[in-house]
Amino acid sequence: MTDQQITTDPAKPAQRMRAGGTTVTLMPWILAGLVLLVLPFIFQSNSALTIMNKMSITIIFALAYNMLLGQGGMLSFGHAVYMGVGGFACVHIMNASEFFSMLPLPLLPIFGGLFGMGLAMIVGSFSTRKAGTVFAMISLGVGELIAACSLIFVAFFGGEEGVSGDRTYALPLFGIEFLRQIEVYYLVAFWLMLSAILMFLFSRTPIGRMANAVRDNPERAEFLGYSARWVRFYSFTASGFFAGIAGAMFAINYEILTEENLNLVTSGTILLVTFLGGVGFFFGPIIGAVVFTLVQTVLSLQTDLWAIYAGALFVATVMFFPGGLAGLIMMHGPAAKLGKLHYLVLPYLKTLIPAGIGILGVCALVEMTFHVRHASIGSNEMTLFWTTFDSHSLMPWAVAVAVSVVAFWIMRRNLPELVAAWHQANGVAKDKL
Amino acid sequence: MDLIFVNLIDGLVTGLLLFMLSAGLTLIFSMMGVLNFAHASFYMLGAYFAYQISLAMGFWMGLLLAPIIVGVLGAGVERYGLRRVHQYGHVPELIFTFGLALLIEEIVQFIWGKNNVAYNAPEILQFSAFAIAGNSIPAYKIFMIFISVSIFIGLLFILTRTRIGMIIQAALSYPRTVEALGHNVPLIFMGVFGVGTGLAGVAGVIAGPTLGTFPGMAFVLGSIVFVTIVIGGLGSLWGALVASLLIGWITTFAASYNIRFEDILLSVGFSMPENMAESPFRDIWNMTTPQIGPILPYLLMIIILVVRPHGLFGKRDA
Repeated sequence: MTDQQITTDPAKPAQRMRAGGTTVTLMPWILAGLVLLVLPFIFQSNSALTIMNKMSITIIFALAYNMLLGQGGMLSFGHAVYMGVGGFACVHIMNASEFFSMLPLPLLPIFGGLFGMGLAMIVGSFSTRKAGTVFAMISLGVGELIAACSLIFVAFFGGEEGVSGDRTYALPLFGIEFLRQIEVYYLVAFWLMLSAILMFLFSRTPIGRMANAVRDNPERAEFLGYSARWVRFYSFTASGFFAGIAGAMFAINYEILTEENLNLVTSGTILLVTFLGGVGFFFGPIIGAVVFTLVQTVLSLQTDLWAIYAGALFVATVMFFPGGLAGLIMMHGPAAKLGKLHYLVLPYLKTLIPAGIGILGVCALVEMTFHVRHASIGSNEMTLFWTTFDSHSLMPWAVAVAVSVVAFWIMRRNLPELVAAWHQANGVAKDKL
Repeated sequence: MDLIFVNLIDGLVTGLLLFMLSAGLTLIFSMMGVLNFAHASFYMLGAYFAYQISLAMGFWMGLLLAPIIVGVLGAGVERYGLRRVHQYGHVPELIFTFGLALLIEEIVQFIWGKNNVAYNAPEILQFSAFAIAGNSIPAYKIFMIFISVSIFIGLLFILTRTRIGMIIQAALSYPRTVEALGHNVPLIFMGVFGVGTGLAGVAGVIAGPTLGTFPGMAFVLGSIVFVTIVIGGLGSLWGALVASLLIGWITTFAASYNIRFEDILLSVGFSMPENMAESPFRDIWNMTTPQIGPILPYLLMIIILVVRPHGLFGKRDA
């Protein structure tokens, strides 16, 4: 070691790099806070508030999940358990009326977090010894075990009907009893901001940085003198804490928790959300949660088949864009820096619009097949894209097939143009290719 | 005593069924180093394809054709899906198969609906083979045992006694060397994947009539199959066999012998809480073995992974 001091001057990019990128730009956070404040004034209806609450809870949970998957490289198939147990604990606190009447509701998530963290410490003590497949399998086993226990230990998990509580029995804070949805919204938004900031700061601490190192090369991290196992354990515990907070938010918002909050479906969904958003960037899960909640609520109103579309989208994401939506956005970074983003606009329009129309055409085919197979006998009429037609006649099928084929053909024809524009925008000269 | 025999046979049927799934899965794992989450989905596809074929051509054609279709489908998934995702690393591969499992379940629901389909055993096998103390054993169960055992013997013979088996085994350990010797290793991998999923298809074809053919059947069996190969040791065919039988018997015996925890706790020396309805531990006192039977495999797996991370027969860490 030399005693040369490394001085950091954030104004100089080279030194900012040397400081490990710890310079935190505050702008995105202030913007996010403002958006959260303003949103209820734009979308005032109760259903919008419900969706936003759901979104916020999913964001907290997805960020907590990404602490494991993205930052620590640990794939968990049973993370719903920590959220669920945090939530169940909170409902039980709500029901312990003497204690709860002395507790302001905004403090409740701390307890949820502590319970989630406690369980994560117990499980983590043996599951974090190895990463990779062993970790994934233990998380699956523990997840299944606790989900199955919820039907056996009725006293805590409430069996099939779950346990419910009432948030309004808490100690009123400045006269607010959290009776109205909007009050709950601000409570959830406050905790969303707080936990997002804390999780971001965690990723910048030495332990967060070591989690990245252990993810990429555990052996080397060990040689540097860090115990890969303990680094994983700390990430796991922290992730359990924030998952517990998400569970508490769920308990406050819905006032009921059931077996559904613990099972494999919920764990799988959060994996889907996180991966869709992109595991490589901190803000990836946020995008994923927003997009997924919107897709889920909007599509499920339109069609019974929304899950099949979500599944196809997920598989396509893993196959073609392993960086997720966030990775897709960040791919445009270099072009934006060069100021050549406008090269891409026209080629994008030329390929994405036909692609979109083609996908809609395929969806129409899928919907019609479903209708022909499963609608009650005699009802041949179906409504799709604001037109009503007879699903058993040839005409709509011919139209849908023609539209999809033509659209995909146009997309394919325009694809080379997009590729060329991409290279141009990224500053690669044509003759070098 | 007679009940024990009945349970032994029932457990054997379940265990051998599990083995047909876990054999393919464990082969695929030792080959690609990735757990195929969609493996049980191919089992489900086998059952549904056989059902569809049996409507037109009868059960036996279904038994013959459905596994082949499933195997071809599996090979296609390897060729056009997994091979592409392979470049991104193991975790995306695992996530890919997970997504595939979700998608297949949705597609099955899309095509065949959410309810059970009427897929039955052929009439020729619908009689009772023999009876033990009044409990008749259906001939179909004997048929299932026969099919699974012959597949196991066939697999073992191919893997250890034939030239192709030797190449496969070599390709598992030293793919680059085998490639340098002039064998087409990617083709071998694709073939093994196809055969593995085809085996799952066979399991589906013969399990569909007894366990029911419904969209959740992959989900029911899926995680148990992982548990099986993890307990047996990833990549070990013998381990898969032992663990499958173990799990088959454990779950069958737990389901048929009603041991109450009350009796165990009393005999160990605990005293009953006076006010049972108020006690926070009342659920532990009321627990019975049929209740906890389904979770015993998971418990076993966690214990094995903690104590012996490479499983019962595995040579390397999972």
